[in-house]
Amino acid sequence: MEQSKVDRDPREAYCLGVESTADDFGIGISTFNGEILANVSDAYVPLEGGIHPREAARHHAKVADKVLADALKKAEIKPGDLSLISFSQGPGLGPSLRTGATVARVLASYLNIPLVGVNHSIAHIEIGKLKTGALDPVTLYVSGGNTIVSAFASGRYRVFGETLDIALGNCLDVFAREAGFKQRKGMPLGAAVEQSAVGGKTLISLPYVVKGMDLSLSGLLTAAKSLLHEGKYKLEDLCYSLQEHAFSMVTEVTERALAHTEKKELLLTGGVAANKRLQLMLSAVAEEHESKLNVVPREFAMDNGAMIAWTGALSYKHGCLTPINESHVNLRWRIDKVDVPWAK
Amino acid sequence: MGEMTERTLLKKGAEASLYAAEWHGKSVVIKARLPKKYRPEKLDKTIRTYRTVHEPQLMHEAKKAGVPTPIIYLVDVENAIIIMEHINGRQVKKLLEDLVANERENLCVKIGELIAKLHKNGIIHGDLTTSNMILNDEGKVYLVDFGLGEKNAELEAKGVDLHLMKRALQSTHYQHAEECFLAIVKGYNSVLENEAKDVLDKIKEIERRGRYVAERKQERQNEVSV
Repeated sequence: MEQSKVDRDPREAYCLGVESTADDFGIGISTFNGEILANVSDAYVPLEGGIHPREAARHHAKVADKVLADALKKAEIKPGDLSLISFSQGPGLGPSLRTGATVARVLASYLNIPLVGVNHSIAHIEIGKLKTGALDPVTLYVSGGNTIVSAFASGRYRVFGETLDIALGNCLDVFAREAGFKQRKGMPLGAAVEQSAVGGKTLISLPYVVKGMDLSLSGLLTAAKSLLHEGKYKLEDLCYSLQEHAFSMVTEVTERALAHTEKKELLLTGGVAANKRLQLMLSAVAEEHESKLNVVPREFAMDNGAMIAWTGALSYKHGCLTPINESHVNLRWRIDKVDVPWAK
Repeated sequence: MGEMTERTLLKKGAEASLYAAEWHGKSVVIKARLPKKYRPEKLDKTIRTYRTVHEPQLMHEAKKAGVPTPIIYLVDVENAIIIMEHINGRQVKKLLEDLVANERENLCVKIGELIAKLHKNGIIHGDLTTSNMILNDEGKVYLVDFGLGEKNAELEAKGVDLHLMKRALQSTHYQHAEECFLAIVKGYNSVLENEAKDVLDKIKEIERRGRYVAERKQERQNEVSV
C-alpha cells in the first residue's frame, strides 16, 4: 500500500467517499482538512411506489462509473491522486449498500490505497458539523430512513430519542404517495407535502405519540391515510395537520434532549432538514433553551458522497481502517455502537 | 391559589417548568406546563390539558399500588399547573454513578420492584428515566413525572415502558447500563413472577421492530454476506 499518499499535507490528501444506502448513489471528494471538492449524485426514481431495493441497486451499478468520472472531473484530480476510499457501510438497504461497497473495494484495491467503512448516520452529523461550524450539538437527524436525536458523550454519539417504528421522511413520503403526488428528480415527495401544507388552515386532530424519549409515527400515518380516503377533508389541511403533529413530536423529543444535556447547539441534518416548517419549530425550541440552531445546507442534507468522504478522512486520521475482508455491510448499524475518537 | 411565597425555578424541563415555593406553610413543587410556541395553539392546549389531568390521576393510582409519589395539593387545569408535595432527596440520575456496585444493584432492584407494582396494576409510567426517580433521606424511592403515562394493562405497553427504561440507562448511564438493567429486571421478576417473562419477551419483540437492530431474524443471513 502506498503509505506516502495518506501521510501527505492534509490539504493535498484526498478521500473519495461512496454513498449508497438507499435511493441515491453519490460520490464525494474531500481533502483531509474538510474542503469538499466534489459532491455528485444520481437518484433512482421509481416508476411507481417506494424504493424497490433491487431496482435501486441496479440503478446504482449502472450510474456508478459516470458519477465517479463526474466527481473526479469536478475535483480536478486523477484517480492516482486519491489517498483513501470510504463508503457507507450501513445502516441502509442491503442491495444498495452492497453495490456501493463493491465500488469502494474495487477502487481501493485497484489504486492500492486504504479503505474505511463509515456509519451513514454519523456521516450526516459530521457533514452538519463541518458545514455549520457546530462543535458539540444535540443533533436531530431526520430522513426517509432515519429519525434519531443524539448527542456526544464519552466517546460516542448517544441516542436520546428515536422512532419506535417508521422514519419521519418515510411517514411524509408514504402519505404523499397515497395522496397522488408524484416524485421527480430533485423534488422529494416530502417537499410536495410541505408545499401543500402551506395552504392548510384547519388543524385536524391526529394521534400524537411520544413515549418517553421515543416517538411512534406509524399510527399517525395510518390515521392520516384513512382520513384522506374518507375524502371529507381538504388535502392542504391534511398535509398541514400531518406535518404539525409529526414535527411537534420530533421537536418535543429534541427539546427533551436539549434540556437534559444542556448543550448550547442544536443541529438539524438529513433530508427532512430542508423543511422550513420543521426549521421554524426547532428554532423556537433552540431559542427557549438559549441554544443556537444550525441547519445543514440543502446540498448536504440529502444523502451525499461528500459526507462519507469527510467522515472517512476523519476516521482514518484517528486510526480507523477497514480491511477488505472485514468490509461487509451492516444493515442495522446503530449510531451508538460506533466509537468516534475525533469528537469531543 | 392562596398563600404562596415567591417561587424559585428548580428546573426548566422540556415538558414543564418546576418551581419550589412555600404554600400554606408547606414546601411544594409547582409544575407548570407552559405553552409551547412551536406547535399550533389548539394542539398545544390539548396536550397540556390532557397531561395535567392525567398525571395526578396516575400518581394517585400509583400510590394505591404501593409506589411512593408526591402528594397532590392542587390541580389547575385551565393553566396546566399542578402543585404537589416537595420530596427531600436526590434525583437517582445524579447519585447512581457515585454508588458502589452493590448499593447500585440494590437501588436498581428496588426500582424494578416499583415498576412491577405499577405494571401489576395496569399503570404505565411512560417516561421511566433516572431523572424521574427521587431517593429520599430515608432510602425511599419516589416516582415522579407521570405526564406521559396511561392506564393500560396490555403487554405491549408494559414492554415499551421497560424498553424505555433500558434506553434511558444506555444514553445517560452508559458505563453501568447493562448491570443496572439486569438488576431492575431482577426486582421486576420478584414482584411479577410469571408475567415478567412475557414482558421481557415482549421487549425483545419491540426492539426487533426498531430500525437499528442487529438481531432481526430475516436479515441475519444477509449481514454476513457481502
